[in-house]
Amino acid sequence: MMMVRYLRHLLFGLGTLLLALRPAYALVEIDVRGGNVEPLPIALPSFSAEGGDARVAQEMTQVIAADLKRSGLFNPLDPASFIQQNMGVNTTPRFGDWRVISAQALVTGTVTAQPDGRLRAEFRLWDVFASEQLLGQQFFTTPENWRRLSHIIADAIYERLTGEKGYFDTRIVYVDETGPKDKRVKRLAIMDQDGANVRYLTRGDDLVLTPRFSPTTQEITYMSYAGSEPSVYLLNIETGQREIVGNFPGMTFAPRFSPTGQQVVMSLQQGGNANIFTMDLRSRSTTRLTNSAAIDTSPSYSPDGSQIVFESDRGGTQQLYVMNADGSNQQRISFGPGRYSTPVWSPRGDLIAFTKQHQGRFMIGVMKPDGKGERILTEGYHNEGPAWSPNGRVLVFFRDTPGANGGPQVWTVDLTGYNEQRLVTPAFASDPSWSPLID
Amino acid sequence: MVLVANTLRGLKALAVLGLVLLVAACAQTGPDGLNGQNNATPGSGQDFIVNVGDRVFFEEDQSTLTSQAQGVLDLQAQWLNRYSQYTITVEGHADERGTRQYNIALGARRAQAARDYLVSRGVAANRVKTISYGKERPVAVCNDNSCWSQNRRGVTVLDNATN
Repeated sequence: MMMVRYLRHLLFGLGTLLLALRPAYALVEIDVRGGNVEPLPIALPSFSAEGGDARVAQEMTQVIAADLKRSGLFNPLDPASFIQQNMGVNTTPRFGDWRVISAQALVTGTVTAQPDGRLRAEFRLWDVFASEQLLGQQFFTTPENWRRLSHIIADAIYERLTGEKGYFDTRIVYVDETGPKDKRVKRLAIMDQDGANVRYLTRGDDLVLTPRFSPTTQEITYMSYAGSEPSVYLLNIETGQREIVGNFPGMTFAPRFSPTGQQVVMSLQQGGNANIFTMDLRSRSTTRLTNSAAIDTSPSYSPDGSQIVFESDRGGTQQLYVMNADGSNQQRISFGPGRYSTPVWSPRGDLIAFTKQHQGRFMIGVMKPDGKGERILTEGYHNEGPAWSPNGRVLVFFRDTPGANGGPQVWTVDLTGYNEQRLVTPAFASDPSWSPLID
Repeated sequence: MVLVANTLRGLKALAVLGLVLLVAACAQTGPDGLNGQNNATPGSGQDFIVNVGDRVFFEEDQSTLTSQAQGVLDLQAQWLNRYSQYTITVEGHADERGTRQYNIALGARRAQAARDYLVSRGVAANRVKTISYGKERPVAVCNDNSCWSQNRRGVTVLDNATN
């Protein structure tokens, strides 16, 4: 892991120097600001393999193509339509052949087995209509990291063509659910954002809920019924070390990290009321932020850490409120018909996503931090618990299906409301939370 | 109306359970418990569940105790005051038609309401703990209010019951 990260920095500049011709005027670019974007036709002929496993080169190409396709912004063309064959990173494209099949962008690459056992992966991104190279990079990694390297390359392509950071080299933590509905076993699980490499972080002995990634460390915070009282915990993904967050006189739940990763904000149950507290993970000091005879929960920081959005039923039903990070100036922001809950602030700061219940339907929507511009992105029998991709373009949430055999599944939707897709998991899955972009 | 129907359904379920127990015990008349309806040993966990009733039900998104719920809790308090060897945990539960975090708090609110009522009826506060399971532990799994109403519940669990 570290090797890839290190080399990525080292080689980004070098690769660009070696391979890029000049800062190209990009005819090919995607404007992601509007809705219903026409996906960009992109050709990804299988990377060539030199001295190594041809299957890895092929599978890397497939992972890159799948990432780009799932974003909804790209349309990877059917390789059967390709005229020019046997492309490698040093093959000069016959741009006419690619224009004929309406490809606007072309990715070529080669995977080479190094004498020391590592893989070298090089790729070039071409603007077919301008007949120009847009990007060229190479990476070294150990063979078992080939999937991760594929996501890094997909991120580079995405960023070059959309002007936004990618989100493919990321992971999603969630709750794996097995067993009958009235005897569910729940385990914390983590997977790559494309559903690959599922790994279980707890064994299912204890009920676990609402895992959230740290923005800065390999830690998650979540709620567990492991101890004498249900409480918020921290879990180090790499070491497996686990600890209770704070020493509160009652149940704690609904945790989330601050943007610096230094605080956990959560609810503390006090009698019939729930109030919001923060705990500083270094000093261990706790601060009360709300003090109402109501259920105040689901706090989420703004990306600059200056404000917190949360839900409260202090006005009679669940509604969204924004306050300063010290608890001052609590203002209601949701005023539409229905109940609003589980707010989560976009990493870009411009939107708050939420669950909305109205007339027996459960919706996922977004609104501006002042409550204006509400848009519903998806609605149905039961949609709940949105979480943002690190670039603020995609929401991951869970959708439950009714009845004894029903159960939750993880879905994604663009913030435009288009491109709704299921993220396939081995079993029922709920409470997804996206990792930050790893760099 | 819905609540009445639910309560009736709950009572019916209890009656069926009692009947099954009666049949299983060859219709023996047990020692006289509070109600003496079956062979549950007075003061046993089974006695509490069958003859007193271990749970109360709530309206949608509510934590106020209905008169029916208060009636059950009155019986629970009498029984607990008689059998003072028990400590109890009041579990609060919600139906699945809400969001997870809110339902955890709603379950806690329901457990607290039942707990406060028991304490007001003489059960020593230090005998009563509460816990909320939110919507995580449904007992009925169908897809309409007949199930959801059974899941919106407060359950009094004897911590140290032997049967």
